Amino acid sequence: MNLEKVVFGFFVLLALTLNFGFVMGDIDNPAHHHAYELYAAIIVSAIATVLKFGDRSHMGAVLLATSLVADLQLLMAAFVWAMATHVMGGTDAEIMPSVVSLAGGALLANVASAVLLIIETAALRR
Amino acid sequence: MPSRPERVSALSKVHFLFFRRMRAPLIALIATYSLSILGLVLIPGVDESGEPWRFDFFHAFYFVSFMGSTIGFGEIPHAFTPGQRLWVSICIFLTVIAWLYAIGRIISLLQDPAFTRATTEARFIISVRKISQPFTIVCGYGETGYLLVRAMAHRDLQSVVLDQDQANIDSLLLENLGMDIPAFCADASVTRHLLEAGLSSSLCRGVVAITDSDSVNVKIAVSVKLLRPNIPVIARAGMQEAVDNLDSFRTDHVINAYEVFGEHLAMTQRTPSVHLLHAWLISLPDRVLHPPVTPPRGAWVICGYGRFGSSCARHLEAEGNSVQIIESKQEKAPESAVVGRGTEAGPLLEAGIRDAVGIVAGTDSDTNTLSAIMTARELNPALYLVARQDRHADTQIFQAADLDLVMEPSRIIVWRILPLITTPLLSRFLRLLRSGTEEEASRLCGRIEAMCGQVTPETWSFTVDREQTAGLFAALDGSMEIQIKHLQCAPTNRDELLPCLPLLLSRGDINYMLPDPDLALHRGDRILFTSRSGTRQTMSWTLQNPKVLEYIVTGDELPDGTVWRWMARRRA
Repeated sequence: MNLEKVVFGFFVLLALTLNFGFVMGDIDNPAHHHAYELYAAIIVSAIATVLKFGDRSHMGAVLLATSLVADLQLLMAAFVWAMATHVMGGTDAEIMPSVVSLAGGALLANVASAVLLIIETAALRR
Repeated sequence: MPSRPERVSALSKVHFLFFRRMRAPLIALIATYSLSILGLVLIPGVDESGEPWRFDFFHAFYFVSFMGSTIGFGEIPHAFTPGQRLWVSICIFLTVIAWLYAIGRIISLLQDPAFTRATTEARFIISVRKISQPFTIVCGYGETGYLLVRAMAHRDLQSVVLDQDQANIDSLLLENLGMDIPAFCADASVTRHLLEAGLSSSLCRGVVAITDSDSVNVKIAVSVKLLRPNIPVIARAGMQEAVDNLDSFRTDHVINAYEVFGEHLAMTQRTPSVHLLHAWLISLPDRVLHPPVTPPRGAWVICGYGRFGSSCARHLEAEGNSVQIIESKQEKAPESAVVGRGTEAGPLLEAGIRDAVGIVAGTDSDTNTLSAIMTARELNPALYLVARQDRHADTQIFQAADLDLVMEPSRIIVWRILPLITTPLLSRFLRLLRSGTEEEASRLCGRIEAMCGQVTPETWSFTVDREQTAGLFAALDGSMEIQIKHLQCAPTNRDELLPCLPLLLSRGDINYMLPDPDLALHRGDRILFTSRSGTRQTMSWTLQNPKVLEYIVTGDELPDGTVWRWMARRRA
């Protein structure tokens, strides 16, 4: 067992599950989408990205790319949320569909990441 | 074909090294920031009116951003409770430590030898890629490499240098050559480094392998011949096995340094004008002409019987001289040799220095060489003094010693290599000259001297084709005969002759040495000219402009424009 692989797999999967947890629920109901969960998803996704730095294999490069996409989508979601409620003075209910759909995009990228990880593991003959 | 990913990976190595080392500090930064933000969001606060209030993520992020970088705008948006202050003071230390860790890691990374080497390599690759003119790869920047690269730079020829010794590379960087020459400290026998130096580039015109090691030169030649069979390779070899090895896989030009040296020494006796013409034709234009050398024949003493000494002895004996050798090492000395130091009077006298006509001193160190020469001169002031100069840096003391002939092996090698790179036709001409007679060469010397006065001529070549000589190529459509003498006429007045001399006309496999002025030109001919400097520009009028050519051949001024041409035809 390789501790590095455990940590790496842990963060990739945790990024996916947190993202999924945030997106789940009615798209326009603020009660179904908590800010803490989005925050956790962003942090874990950022750490997962850093863990993918410096891998020279082709698989590593694609994993990094999916991770960067997820980061971008999640940060956009947080930015849109903060912009709408604090700067424009709107309510959570109004902006929630945009935030959740952006986070939903990130979910796709995280799923791709996890699938790649599983493929890599399956291809390993040890 | 050479693989491209190889080069890409060498470049991206820098980024990968950087990111791999920065993993831990970046995660530490993310962790401390997220912990600080989370803590602020969770701890309850009170606003000015006493109402309970909490940080939202947006304001917490804002606060931690300026707190972490220790800018400190105060307690925003409301004054903090003691609980919040406690948490913030912990956070300040956490974030400062995280930043110190990250910055410290970056600085140590910049000083890391692996990282600096990767950056220099990347910079070298980038500067090679930026070259926009044809270039030559020079492997080995020792004495010969230094002279070659300098001579090429003076002729505006780009080179790329590989050398295993960082000190040599540093000396190149300090050299003021007037052009940017990419140089990298690496083993040139490693194929990857040759590729990084631009071997796979379409602008690469040749590879010169002149490292000190024969085996490295052979390895370079093999790699180049396998990767780019069409690129010419010029390799230096010291041992006969290496020469045979290089010849076996058709290395374009193999130069045996020791052999070439002895050959030139013999040349100074048998055909001094040929030796002189080498110096004149290869030199840059408008330099002082080397004076002719005339070593006497008779008994010679040779100090030092290494590979140079033996080559000299062989060539001198072949010229009909008697040779006596002085060698300090018993095991290297041949049977008839005097064993002893050439720097002392005893062995010199024993070798018969008083009756000798000349001495060739070439020991391993320039100091010993000069010392032997001085001692010999004391014993016999009439001696003809020939010394082998090993290091270019010693030029001044050799000049001060007032010798009859100083031969610098690296310079002679450069004489052989340089025309191969600049004007291959000149190289062919010199080869033909070496197999020719002294009479011919001395007549040629006289003509060049009469043409240029006391300075060296400019030597260049061109091919009669569409790119280089458009006007001449177009005029040679069979309608009129153009002879070499026409090219020698001044474009302004056809009765005047330009100060130039055709040396060689090459047509397919046929070489016309010093071609007859009445020889008719054909398309595809390659012609080598030597002239007073500046004549080349004047002659390019004749070569490029059909009107000028017409005037020179027929004496008629061709009218410009359709109307005037039509009128001229009517009048005729």
